[in-house]
Amino acid sequence: MKVNTVSTEVPVLELRGLTKCFGGLTAVNEVSFKVREGGISGLIGPNGAGKTTIFNLITGVYKVSAGAVLYHGSPITGLEPYKIADLGVTRTFQNIRLFKNLSTRDNVLTACHMSANYGITEALLRLPRFRREEKALAQKADGLLEVLSLSDRADVTANNLPYGLQRRLEITRALALDPKLLLLDEPAAGMNPDETEQLMRLIGEIRKRFSLSVLVIEHHMDLIMGVCEHIHVLNFGCTLADGAPDAVANDPKVVEAYLGVEDGR
Amino acid sequence: MEYIQGIVILIGINLIAVLGLSILTGFTGLFSFGHGGFMAIGAYISAVITARLHLRFALAIVAGAVLAGVISVFIGRLTLNLKGDYFCIATMGFGEAVRIIFNNIPYVGGARGWESLPKLTNIWMVLVIDVVFVVITWNLINSRFGRNMVAVREEELAAQMAGINVYRHKMIALVLSAAFAGIAGALMAQYIQFIRPTMFNMAKSTDLTIIVIFGGLGSISGSIVGTIILVALPEVFRTFSQWRLVFYGLAVILIMVGRPQGLMGGLELTPSGIRRALAARKAKLEFAAATAGTASAGESGAVK
Repeated sequence: MKVNTVSTEVPVLELRGLTKCFGGLTAVNEVSFKVREGGISGLIGPNGAGKTTIFNLITGVYKVSAGAVLYHGSPITGLEPYKIADLGVTRTFQNIRLFKNLSTRDNVLTACHMSANYGITEALLRLPRFRREEKALAQKADGLLEVLSLSDRADVTANNLPYGLQRRLEITRALALDPKLLLLDEPAAGMNPDETEQLMRLIGEIRKRFSLSVLVIEHHMDLIMGVCEHIHVLNFGCTLADGAPDAVANDPKVVEAYLGVEDGR
Repeated sequence: MEYIQGIVILIGINLIAVLGLSILTGFTGLFSFGHGGFMAIGAYISAVITARLHLRFALAIVAGAVLAGVISVFIGRLTLNLKGDYFCIATMGFGEAVRIIFNNIPYVGGARGWESLPKLTNIWMVLVIDVVFVVITWNLINSRFGRNMVAVREEELAAQMAGINVYRHKMIALVLSAAFAGIAGALMAQYIQFIRPTMFNMAKSTDLTIIVIFGGLGSISGSIVGTIILVALPEVFRTFSQWRLVFYGLAVILIMVGRPQGLMGGLELTPSGIRRALAARKAKLEFAAATAGTASAGESGAVK
Protein backbone atom coordinates (compact mmCIF):
# COMPACT_ATOMS: atom_id res chain seq x y z
CA MET A 1 0.00 0.00 0.00
CA LYS A 2 1.44 3.27 -1.06
CA VAL A 3 0.45 6.04 1.27
CA ASN A 4 1.52 9.54 0.70
CA THR A 5 3.01 10.64 3.98
CA VAL A 6 4.69 13.82 2.83
CA SER A 7 4.53 16.32 5.64
CA THR A 8 3.04 19.02 3.37
CA GLU A 9 -0.19 17.02 3.05
CA VAL A 10 -3.09 18.97 4.55
CA PRO A 11 -4.79 16.89 7.26
CA VAL A 12 -8.57 16.55 7.01
CA LEU A 13 -8.86 17.66 10.62
CA GLU A 14 -6.42 19.47 12.83
CA LEU A 15 -6.88 20.63 16.40
CA ARG A 16 -4.59 23.41 17.54
CA GLY A 17 -4.32 24.06 21.26
CA LEU A 18 -8.01 23.30 21.70
CA THR A 19 -9.25 24.35 25.14
CA LYS A 20 -12.65 24.27 26.77
CA CYS A 21 -13.47 25.57 30.23
CA PHE A 22 -16.75 25.04 32.05
CA GLY A 23 -16.56 27.70 34.74
CA GLY A 24 -13.43 26.85 36.73
CA LEU A 25 -13.06 23.40 35.24
CA THR A 26 -10.83 22.93 32.23
CA ALA A 27 -12.39 19.94 30.49
CA VAL A 28 -10.04 20.07 27.51
CA ASN A 29 -6.64 21.66 27.87
CA GLU A 30 -4.53 22.65 24.86
CA VAL A 31 -5.12 19.50 22.88
CA SER A 32 -3.51 19.35 19.44
CA PHE A 33 -3.61 16.50 16.95
CA LYS A 34 -4.29 15.72 13.31
CA VAL A 35 -6.44 13.26 11.43
CA ARG A 36 -4.85 12.25 8.16
CA GLU A 37 -6.94 12.26 4.98
CA GLY A 38 -8.40 8.79 4.57
CA GLY A 39 -7.07 7.64 7.93
CA ILE A 40 -8.72 6.10 10.95
CA SER A 41 -7.64 7.72 14.19
CA GLY A 42 -8.58 6.78 17.71
CA LEU A 43 -9.25 9.01 20.67
CA ILE A 44 -8.98 7.16 23.97
CA GLY A 45 -8.73 7.94 27.63
CA PRO A 46 -10.36 7.10 30.97
CA ASN A 47 -13.88 8.28 31.75
CA GLY A 48 -14.08 12.04 32.06
CA ALA A 49 -10.91 12.61 30.06
CA GLY A 50 -12.74 15.00 27.72
CA LYS A 51 -13.18 12.82 24.64
CA THR A 52 -16.84 13.57 23.97
CA THR A 53 -16.21 17.22 24.82
CA ILE A 54 -13.70 17.30 21.98
CA PHE A 55 -16.35 15.89 19.62
CA ASN A 56 -18.76 18.55 20.81
CA LEU A 57 -16.13 21.21 20.15
CA ILE A 58 -15.35 19.92 16.65
CA THR A 59 -19.04 19.76 15.69
CA GLY A 60 -19.85 23.17 17.17
CA VAL A 61 -22.20 21.98 19.90
CA TYR A 62 -19.96 23.70 22.47
CA LYS A 63 -18.23 27.02 21.93
CA VAL A 64 -14.46 26.74 21.94
CA SER A 65 -12.74 28.63 24.81
CA ALA A 66 -9.36 28.84 23.08
CA GLY A 67 -7.52 27.28 20.19
CA ALA A 68 -8.82 26.30 16.79
CA VAL A 69 -10.35 23.47 14.79
CA LEU A 70 -9.14 23.31 11.20
CA TYR A 71 -10.97 21.31 8.58
CA HIS A 72 -9.01 20.80 5.38
CA GLY A 73 -6.77 23.58 6.59
CA SER A 74 -9.44 26.23 7.15
CA PRO A 75 -10.86 27.12 10.56
CA ILE A 76 -14.40 25.98 11.40
CA THR A 77 -14.29 27.21 14.99
CA GLY A 78 -17.45 29.09 15.94
CA LEU A 79 -19.56 27.97 12.99
CA GLU A 80 -23.15 26.85 13.60
CA PRO A 81 -23.34 23.06 14.09
CA TYR A 82 -25.48 22.52 11.00
CA LYS A 83 -22.96 24.41 8.86
CA ILE A 84 -20.14 22.22 10.09
CA ALA A 85 -22.29 19.21 9.17
CA ASP A 86 -22.89 20.80 5.74
CA LEU A 87 -19.13 21.01 5.23
CA GLY A 88 -18.87 17.25 5.66
CA VAL A 89 -18.16 16.61 9.34
CA THR A 90 -20.74 14.34 10.90
CA ARG A 91 -20.97 12.19 13.99
CA THR A 92 -22.76 9.53 15.96
CA PHE A 93 -23.55 9.76 19.65
CA GLN A 94 -22.43 7.84 22.70
CA ASN A 95 -26.04 7.38 23.78
CA ILE A 96 -27.79 6.70 20.49
CA ARG A 97 -29.85 9.63 19.22
CA LEU A 98 -32.07 8.38 16.43
CA PHE A 99 -35.33 9.94 15.29
CA LYS A 100 -37.01 7.31 17.44
CA ASN A 101 -40.55 7.36 16.16
CA LEU A 102 -39.62 7.34 12.48
CA SER A 103 -39.02 4.26 10.41
CA THR A 104 -35.49 3.14 9.62
CA ARG A 105 -35.94 4.39 6.08
CA ASP A 106 -37.26 7.79 7.14
CA ASN A 107 -34.29 8.24 9.47
CA VAL A 108 -31.95 7.91 6.50
CA LEU A 109 -34.22 9.76 4.08
CA THR A 110 -34.36 12.76 6.42
CA ALA A 111 -30.58 12.95 6.55
CA CYS A 112 -30.41 12.82 2.74
CA HIS A 113 -32.02 16.26 2.60
CA MET A 114 -28.86 18.04 1.55
CA SER A 115 -28.84 16.29 -1.79
CA ALA A 116 -32.03 18.13 -2.77
CA ASN A 117 -32.35 21.75 -3.76
CA TYR A 118 -36.05 22.35 -4.29
CA GLY A 119 -37.58 25.31 -2.51
CA ILE A 120 -40.56 25.42 -0.20
CA THR A 121 -42.98 26.66 -2.88
CA GLU A 122 -41.95 23.81 -5.15
CA ALA A 123 -42.64 21.43 -2.30
CA LEU A 124 -46.05 22.91 -1.42
CA LEU A 125 -47.20 22.74 -5.06
CA ARG A 126 -45.44 19.48 -5.97
CA LEU A 127 -43.72 20.99 -8.99
CA PRO A 128 -41.66 18.75 -11.32
CA ARG A 129 -38.33 19.51 -9.68
CA PHE A 130 -39.74 18.48 -6.31
CA ARG A 131 -40.92 15.15 -7.69
CA ARG A 132 -37.68 14.49 -9.54
CA GLU A 133 -35.47 15.28 -6.57
CA GLU A 134 -37.67 13.39 -4.10
CA LYS A 135 -37.30 10.32 -6.30
CA ALA A 136 -33.52 10.73 -6.27
CA LEU A 137 -33.56 11.11 -2.48
CA ALA A 138 -35.61 7.95 -2.07
CA GLN A 139 -33.19 6.05 -4.32
CA LYS A 140 -30.22 7.32 -2.36
CA ALA A 141 -31.78 6.32 0.95
CA ASP A 142 -32.68 2.86 -0.31
CA GLY A 143 -29.19 2.45 -1.74
CA LEU A 144 -27.59 3.27 1.61
CA LEU A 145 -29.90 0.88 3.45
CA GLU A 146 -28.92 -1.79 0.95
CA VAL A 147 -25.18 -1.19 1.39
CA LEU A 148 -25.43 -1.29 5.17
CA SER A 149 -27.80 -4.29 4.97
CA LEU A 150 -30.71 -2.59 6.69
CA SER A 151 -33.10 -3.00 3.74
CA ASP A 152 -35.16 -5.73 5.36
CA ARG A 153 -35.77 -3.46 8.36
CA ALA A 154 -36.62 -0.37 6.32
CA ASP A 155 -40.18 -0.09 7.66
CA VAL A 156 -39.39 -0.88 11.28
CA THR A 157 -39.69 2.03 13.70
CA ALA A 158 -36.16 2.99 14.76
CA ASN A 159 -36.99 2.57 18.43
CA ASN A 160 -37.93 -1.07 17.88
CA LEU A 161 -34.65 -2.05 16.20
CA PRO A 162 -32.26 -4.28 18.13
CA TYR A 163 -29.48 -2.34 19.82
CA GLY A 164 -26.74 -3.29 17.37
CA LEU A 165 -28.86 -2.23 14.42
CA GLN A 166 -29.68 1.08 16.06
CA ARG A 167 -25.94 1.78 16.15
CA ARG A 168 -25.69 0.73 12.53
CA LEU A 169 -28.64 2.95 11.57
CA GLU A 170 -26.99 5.90 13.28
CA ILE A 171 -23.90 5.36 11.15
CA THR A 172 -26.07 5.00 8.04
CA ARG A 173 -27.81 8.26 8.84
CA ALA A 174 -24.44 9.97 9.21
CA LEU A 175 -23.33 8.57 5.85
CA ALA A 176 -26.44 9.99 4.17
CA LEU A 177 -24.83 13.42 4.45
CA ASP A 178 -21.93 12.37 2.22
CA PRO A 179 -19.43 13.24 4.95
CA LYS A 180 -15.68 13.55 4.49
CA LEU A 181 -14.99 13.07 8.17
CA LEU A 182 -16.98 10.73 10.38
CA LEU A 183 -16.77 11.03 14.17
CA LEU A 184 -17.84 7.87 16.00
CA ASP A 185 -18.49 8.26 19.72
CA GLU A 186 -18.09 4.84 21.36
CA PRO A 187 -19.72 2.91 18.53
CA ALA A 188 -19.10 -0.42 20.27
CA ALA A 189 -20.52 0.60 23.66
CA GLY A 190 -22.71 -2.20 24.97
CA MET A 191 -21.79 -4.61 22.18
CA ASN A 192 -20.60 -8.18 22.68
CA PRO A 193 -17.26 -9.32 21.16
CA ASP A 194 -19.04 -10.72 18.11
CA GLU A 195 -20.84 -7.48 17.36
CA THR A 196 -17.66 -5.51 18.02
CA GLU A 197 -15.84 -7.64 15.47
CA GLN A 198 -18.60 -6.98 12.92
CA LEU A 199 -18.44 -3.28 13.66
CA MET A 200 -14.68 -3.22 13.11
CA ARG A 201 -15.17 -4.73 9.68
CA LEU A 202 -18.01 -2.31 8.95
CA ILE A 203 -15.88 0.73 9.84
CA GLY A 204 -13.13 -0.48 7.54
CA GLU A 205 -15.58 -1.12 4.70
CA ILE A 206 -17.39 2.18 4.84
CA ARG A 207 -14.12 4.07 4.98
CA LYS A 208 -13.06 2.52 1.69
CA ARG A 209 -16.44 2.68 -0.01
CA PHE A 210 -17.25 6.27 0.96
CA SER A 211 -13.60 7.45 0.99
CA LEU A 212 -13.91 8.80 4.52
CA SER A 213 -11.58 9.80 7.27
CA VAL A 214 -12.69 8.48 10.65
CA LEU A 215 -12.06 9.60 14.20
CA VAL A 216 -13.32 7.14 16.78
CA ILE A 217 -13.72 7.31 20.55
CA GLU A 218 -13.67 3.85 22.07
CA HIS A 219 -13.09 1.93 25.27
CA HIS A 220 -12.82 -1.48 23.58
CA MET A 221 -9.08 -1.78 23.27
CA ASP A 222 -9.23 -4.56 20.69
CA LEU A 223 -11.36 -2.37 18.42
CA ILE A 224 -9.02 0.58 18.77
CA MET A 225 -5.89 -1.52 18.25
CA GLY A 226 -7.53 -3.39 15.40
CA VAL A 227 -8.67 -0.53 13.20
CA CYS A 228 -6.83 2.64 14.15
CA GLU A 229 -3.62 3.74 12.50
CA HIS A 230 -3.05 6.55 14.90
CA ILE A 231 -4.09 7.02 18.50
CA HIS A 232 -4.37 10.07 20.71
CA VAL A 233 -4.61 9.48 24.45
CA LEU A 234 -6.24 11.96 26.82
CA ASN A 235 -6.28 12.12 30.59
CA PHE A 236 -8.01 14.86 32.58
CA GLY A 237 -8.34 16.95 29.44
CA CYS A 238 -4.62 16.87 28.63
CA THR A 239 -2.73 14.96 25.98
CA LEU A 240 -1.02 11.94 27.47
CA ALA A 241 0.37 10.26 24.39
CA ASP A 242 0.06 10.38 20.64
CA GLY A 243 1.29 7.89 18.06
CA ALA A 244 0.93 4.45 16.51
CA PRO A 245 -1.20 1.89 18.41
CA ASP A 246 1.72 -0.29 19.55
CA ALA A 247 3.78 2.61 20.80
CA VAL A 248 0.85 4.05 22.69
CA ALA A 249 -0.16 0.73 24.22
CA ASN A 250 3.33 0.28 25.67
CA ASP A 251 3.68 3.83 26.86
CA PRO A 252 4.15 3.66 30.66
CA LYS A 253 2.14 6.86 31.15
CA VAL A 254 -0.84 5.34 29.33
CA VAL A 255 -0.62 2.13 31.30
CA GLU A 256 -0.49 4.17 34.47
CA ALA A 257 -3.56 6.24 33.55
CA TYR A 258 -5.57 3.13 32.81
CA LEU A 259 -4.33 0.74 35.51
CA GLY A 260 -2.86 3.00 38.18
CA VAL A 261 0.69 3.11 39.54
CA GLU A 262 2.26 -0.17 40.56
CA ASP A 263 4.14 0.95 43.67
CA GLY A 264 4.32 3.85 46.05
CA ARG A 265 0.73 4.04 47.21
CA MET B 1 -80.25 23.19 7.49
CA GLU B 2 -78.75 26.59 8.07
CA TYR B 3 -77.78 25.43 11.53
CA ILE B 4 -75.91 22.40 10.17
CA GLN B 5 -74.28 24.61 7.56
CA GLY B 6 -73.16 26.96 10.31
CA ILE B 7 -71.48 24.11 12.17
CA VAL B 8 -69.75 22.96 8.99
CA ILE B 9 -68.43 26.47 8.38
CA LEU B 10 -67.15 26.71 11.96
CA ILE B 11 -65.43 23.34 11.59
CA GLY B 12 -63.94 24.44 8.27
CA ILE B 13 -62.62 27.72 9.65
CA ASN B 14 -61.13 26.12 12.74
CA LEU B 15 -59.59 23.38 10.60
CA ILE B 16 -57.39 25.94 8.82
CA ALA B 17 -55.99 27.21 12.11
CA VAL B 18 -55.61 23.67 13.43
CA LEU B 19 -53.70 22.54 10.33
CA GLY B 20 -51.24 25.37 10.84
CA LEU B 21 -50.86 24.55 14.50
CA SER B 22 -50.43 20.91 13.56
CA ILE B 23 -47.35 21.87 11.54
CA LEU B 24 -45.94 23.79 14.51
CA THR B 25 -46.97 21.57 17.40
CA GLY B 26 -47.61 18.18 15.87
CA PHE B 27 -44.71 18.02 13.45
CA THR B 28 -42.11 20.47 14.76
CA GLY B 29 -42.84 19.88 18.44
CA LEU B 30 -43.29 23.49 19.55
CA PHE B 31 -46.30 24.01 21.79
CA SER B 32 -48.08 27.30 21.39
CA PHE B 33 -50.78 28.81 23.55
CA GLY B 34 -50.99 32.07 21.67
CA HIS B 35 -52.32 31.33 18.21
CA GLY B 36 -55.57 33.01 19.09
CA GLY B 37 -53.44 36.15 18.83
CA PHE B 38 -52.62 35.42 15.20
CA MET B 39 -56.29 34.72 14.51
CA ALA B 40 -57.14 38.08 16.06
CA ILE B 41 -54.63 39.83 13.81
CA GLY B 42 -56.16 38.17 10.74
CA ALA B 43 -59.68 38.97 11.90
CA TYR B 44 -59.04 42.65 12.62
CA ILE B 45 -56.96 43.45 9.56
CA SER B 46 -59.53 41.76 7.31
CA ALA B 47 -62.35 43.67 9.00
CA VAL B 48 -60.51 46.93 8.45
CA ILE B 49 -60.07 46.09 4.78
CA THR B 50 -63.67 45.02 4.11
CA ALA B 51 -65.65 47.29 6.47
CA ARG B 52 -63.52 50.43 6.55
CA LEU B 53 -61.65 50.45 3.24
CA HIS B 54 -64.36 48.54 1.30
CA LEU B 55 -61.85 46.48 -0.63
CA ARG B 56 -62.20 42.91 -1.86
CA PHE B 57 -62.54 40.02 0.56
CA ALA B 58 -59.80 38.01 -1.17
CA LEU B 59 -57.39 40.85 -0.44
CA ALA B 60 -58.54 40.85 3.18
CA ILE B 61 -57.80 37.15 3.54
CA VAL B 62 -54.36 37.50 1.98
CA ALA B 63 -53.64 40.51 4.19
CA GLY B 64 -54.62 38.48 7.25
CA ALA B 65 -52.19 35.74 6.30
CA VAL B 66 -49.35 38.12 5.44
CA LEU B 67 -49.67 40.33 8.50
CA ALA B 68 -49.91 37.38 10.89
CA GLY B 69 -46.93 35.80 9.13
CA VAL B 70 -44.80 38.94 9.30
CA ILE B 71 -45.56 39.48 12.98
CA SER B 72 -44.71 35.85 13.67
CA VAL B 73 -41.24 36.44 12.21
CA PHE B 74 -40.58 39.07 14.89
CA ILE B 75 -42.03 36.84 17.60
CA GLY B 76 -39.94 33.95 16.29
CA ARG B 77 -36.72 35.97 16.38
CA LEU B 78 -37.35 36.69 20.04
CA THR B 79 -38.62 33.32 21.19
CA LEU B 80 -37.45 30.48 18.96
CA ASN B 81 -34.11 30.17 20.69
CA LEU B 82 -35.93 29.53 23.95
CA LYS B 83 -36.20 25.92 25.05
CA GLY B 84 -39.54 24.03 25.14
CA ASP B 85 -41.54 25.38 28.07
CA TYR B 86 -40.20 28.91 27.75
CA PHE B 87 -41.35 29.16 24.15
CA CYS B 88 -44.76 27.99 25.27
CA ILE B 89 -44.95 30.70 27.96
CA ALA B 90 -43.74 33.36 25.53
CA THR B 91 -46.50 32.51 23.04
CA MET B 92 -49.03 32.70 25.86
CA GLY B 93 -47.79 36.20 26.65
CA PHE B 94 -47.98 37.15 22.98
CA GLY B 95 -51.60 36.01 22.68
CA GLU B 96 -52.66 38.00 25.71
CA ALA B 97 -50.71 41.05 24.58
CA VAL B 98 -52.48 41.07 21.22
CA ARG B 99 -55.85 40.84 22.92
CA ILE B 100 -55.07 43.76 25.22
CA ILE B 101 -53.73 45.87 22.36
CA PHE B 102 -56.99 45.44 20.42
CA ASN B 103 -58.91 46.21 23.63
CA ASN B 104 -57.36 49.66 23.50
CA ILE B 105 -57.85 50.62 19.86
CA PRO B 106 -61.18 52.51 19.56
CA TYR B 107 -60.85 52.50 15.74
CA VAL B 108 -61.68 48.78 15.75
CA GLY B 109 -64.24 48.91 18.54
CA GLY B 110 -62.00 48.37 21.55
CA ALA B 111 -63.14 46.01 24.26
CA ARG B 112 -66.82 46.40 23.36
CA GLY B 113 -66.23 44.78 20.01
CA TRP B 114 -66.94 45.63 16.41
CA GLU B 115 -70.33 44.72 15.04
CA SER B 116 -72.17 44.55 11.71
CA LEU B 117 -69.21 43.51 9.61
CA PRO B 118 -70.16 42.41 6.08
CA LYS B 119 -71.04 38.72 5.76
CA LEU B 120 -68.68 37.52 3.05
CA THR B 121 -67.67 34.02 4.15
CA ASN B 122 -69.75 31.21 2.69
CA ILE B 123 -69.59 27.46 2.99
CA TRP B 124 -68.14 26.77 -0.46
CA MET B 125 -65.33 29.23 0.01
CA VAL B 126 -64.46 27.60 3.34
CA LEU B 127 -64.57 24.08 1.93
CA VAL B 128 -62.40 24.95 -1.07
CA ILE B 129 -59.82 26.65 1.16
CA ASP B 130 -59.90 23.62 3.46
CA VAL B 131 -59.13 21.22 0.62
CA VAL B 132 -56.34 23.43 -0.69
CA PHE B 133 -54.76 23.73 2.76
CA VAL B 134 -55.00 20.04 3.53
CA VAL B 135 -53.18 19.33 0.26
CA ILE B 136 -50.56 22.01 0.91
CA THR B 137 -49.94 20.75 4.43
CA TRP B 138 -49.71 17.19 3.19
CA ASN B 139 -47.17 18.20 0.53
CA LEU B 140 -45.12 20.12 3.07
CA ILE B 141 -44.97 17.24 5.53
CA ASN B 142 -43.93 14.83 2.79
CA SER B 143 -41.11 17.04 1.58
CA ARG B 144 -37.62 17.53 2.95
CA PHE B 145 -38.90 20.52 4.93
CA GLY B 146 -41.53 18.40 6.66
CA ARG B 147 -39.07 15.61 7.37
CA ASN B 148 -36.59 18.09 8.80
CA MET B 149 -39.30 19.53 11.06
CA VAL B 150 -40.09 16.06 12.36
CA ALA B 151 -36.36 15.49 12.91
CA VAL B 152 -36.26 18.68 15.00
CA ARG B 153 -39.18 17.39 17.06
CA GLU B 154 -37.66 13.94 17.51
CA GLU B 155 -34.08 14.82 18.42
CA GLU B 156 -32.91 18.38 18.07
CA LEU B 157 -29.19 17.72 18.57
CA ALA B 158 -29.11 14.85 16.09
CA ALA B 159 -31.02 17.03 13.62
CA GLN B 160 -28.30 19.68 13.87
CA MET B 161 -25.64 17.04 13.34
CA ALA B 162 -27.52 15.95 10.24
CA GLY B 163 -27.02 19.43 8.83
CA ILE B 164 -30.53 20.67 9.57
CA ASN B 165 -30.82 24.36 10.38
CA VAL B 166 -33.04 23.89 13.41
CA TYR B 167 -33.81 27.58 13.89
CA ARG B 168 -34.82 28.05 10.26
CA HIS B 169 -37.18 25.09 10.26
CA LYS B 170 -38.79 26.21 13.50
CA MET B 171 -39.25 29.61 11.88
CA ILE B 172 -40.85 28.15 8.74
CA ALA B 173 -43.26 26.17 10.92
CA LEU B 174 -44.11 29.20 13.04
CA VAL B 175 -44.69 31.52 10.07
CA LEU B 176 -46.88 28.99 8.26
CA SER B 177 -48.91 28.31 11.40
CA ALA B 178 -49.37 32.04 12.00
CA ALA B 179 -50.42 32.65 8.38
CA PHE B 180 -52.94 29.79 8.56
CA ALA B 181 -54.35 31.23 11.79
CA GLY B 182 -54.53 34.67 10.17
CA ILE B 183 -56.64 33.27 7.32
CA ALA B 184 -58.89 31.47 9.79
CA GLY B 185 -59.34 34.74 11.68
CA ALA B 186 -60.27 36.63 8.51
CA LEU B 187 -62.89 34.03 7.54
CA MET B 188 -64.23 34.01 11.11
CA ALA B 189 -64.70 37.79 11.26
CA GLN B 190 -66.56 37.87 7.97
CA TYR B 191 -68.75 34.94 9.00
CA ILE B 192 -69.80 35.88 12.54
CA GLN B 193 -69.92 39.58 11.53
CA PHE B 194 -68.92 40.56 15.01
CA ILE B 195 -65.49 40.47 16.58
CA ARG B 196 -64.17 41.45 19.95
CA PRO B 197 -60.81 40.76 21.58
CA THR B 198 -62.04 38.19 24.12
CA MET B 199 -63.02 35.88 21.24
CA PHE B 200 -59.30 35.36 20.72
CA ASN B 201 -58.24 34.92 24.32
CA MET B 202 -56.12 32.17 25.81
CA ALA B 203 -59.10 29.81 25.93
CA LYS B 204 -59.32 30.02 22.13
CA SER B 205 -55.59 29.38 21.73
CA THR B 206 -55.79 26.44 24.12
CA ASP B 207 -58.78 25.03 22.24
CA LEU B 208 -56.74 24.91 19.06
CA THR B 209 -53.80 23.20 20.74
CA ILE B 210 -56.13 20.72 22.47
CA ILE B 211 -57.57 19.75 19.08
CA VAL B 212 -54.09 19.04 17.70
CA ILE B 213 -53.14 16.92 20.73
CA PHE B 214 -56.54 15.22 20.78
CA GLY B 215 -56.26 14.27 17.12
CA GLY B 216 -52.74 12.96 17.60
CA LEU B 217 -49.45 14.85 17.31
CA GLY B 218 -47.89 14.45 13.91
CA SER B 219 -51.01 13.40 12.02
CA ILE B 220 -52.89 15.49 9.48
CA SER B 221 -55.84 13.10 9.47
CA GLY B 222 -55.83 13.36 13.25
CA SER B 223 -56.11 17.14 13.04
CA ILE B 224 -59.04 16.85 10.63
CA VAL B 225 -60.92 14.24 12.66
CA GLY B 226 -60.09 16.10 15.88
CA THR B 227 -61.46 19.38 14.55
CA ILE B 228 -64.69 17.78 13.35
CA ILE B 229 -65.30 16.07 16.68
CA LEU B 230 -64.25 18.84 19.05
CA VAL B 231 -65.98 21.69 17.19
CA ALA B 232 -69.18 19.69 16.75
CA LEU B 233 -69.19 18.25 20.28
CA PRO B 234 -70.38 21.37 22.13
CA GLU B 235 -73.22 21.60 19.59
CA VAL B 236 -74.19 17.97 20.13
CA PHE B 237 -74.22 18.58 23.88
CA ARG B 238 -76.30 21.73 23.49
CA THR B 239 -79.34 19.82 24.81
CA PHE B 240 -77.60 19.64 28.19
CA SER B 241 -77.72 23.42 28.27
CA GLN B 242 -75.32 24.75 30.91
CA TRP B 243 -73.77 21.33 31.48
CA ARG B 244 -72.46 21.09 27.95
CA LEU B 245 -68.98 22.43 28.66
CA VAL B 246 -68.67 19.96 31.51
CA PHE B 247 -69.48 17.14 29.11
CA TYR B 248 -67.09 18.58 26.56
CA GLY B 249 -64.30 18.61 29.12
CA LEU B 250 -65.20 15.12 30.29
CA ALA B 251 -65.13 13.77 26.73
CA VAL B 252 -61.68 15.28 26.12
CA ILE B 253 -60.34 13.89 29.41
CA LEU B 254 -61.74 10.42 28.74
CA ILE B 255 -60.14 10.22 25.31
CA MET B 256 -56.81 11.58 26.52
CA VAL B 257 -56.75 9.03 29.36
CA GLY B 258 -57.82 6.15 27.16
CA ARG B 259 -55.62 7.08 24.23
CA PRO B 260 -52.82 9.45 25.31
CA GLN B 261 -51.19 9.43 21.86
CA GLY B 262 -54.34 11.07 20.45
CA LEU B 263 -56.97 9.65 18.15
CA MET B 264 -54.63 8.90 15.27
CA GLY B 265 -51.41 8.63 17.26
CA GLY B 266 -49.15 9.98 14.52
CA LEU B 267 -50.60 7.74 11.79
CA GLU B 268 -52.44 8.83 8.68
CA LEU B 269 -55.70 7.59 7.19
CA THR B 270 -54.14 6.67 3.87
CA PRO B 271 -53.51 3.22 2.34
CA SER B 272 -49.80 3.35 3.20
CA GLY B 273 -50.55 4.75 6.66
CA ILE B 274 -52.95 1.92 7.43
CA ARG B 275 -50.42 -0.61 6.13
CA ARG B 276 -47.78 0.86 8.46
CA ALA B 277 -50.16 0.71 11.40
CA LEU B 278 -50.85 -2.96 10.72
CA ALA B 279 -47.13 -3.72 10.31
CA ALA B 280 -46.35 -1.97 13.60
CA ARG B 281 -49.09 -3.95 15.31
CA LYS B 282 -47.70 -7.20 13.94
CA ALA B 283 -44.16 -6.30 15.02
CA LYS B 284 -45.44 -5.47 18.49
CA LEU B 285 -47.18 -8.83 18.82
CA GLU B 286 -44.08 -10.67 17.60
CA PHE B 287 -41.94 -8.70 20.03
CA ALA B 288 -44.31 -9.57 22.88
CA ALA B 289 -44.11 -13.24 21.91
CA ALA B 290 -40.31 -13.09 21.72
CA THR B 291 -39.90 -11.37 25.08
CA ALA B 292 -42.30 -13.86 26.66
CA GLY B 293 -39.94 -16.58 25.41
CA THR B 294 -36.79 -14.96 26.78
CA ALA B 295 -38.50 -14.12 30.05
CA SER B 296 -39.23 -17.77 30.72
CA ALA B 297 -35.67 -18.64 29.66
CA GLY B 298 -34.42 -16.03 32.11
CA GLU B 299 -36.43 -17.60 34.90
CA SER B 300 -34.96 -21.01 34.32
CA GLY B 301 -31.52 -19.40 34.14
CA ALA B 302 -31.98 -17.63 37.45
CA VAL B 303 -32.47 -20.94 39.24
CA LYS B 304 -28.85 -22.00 39.00
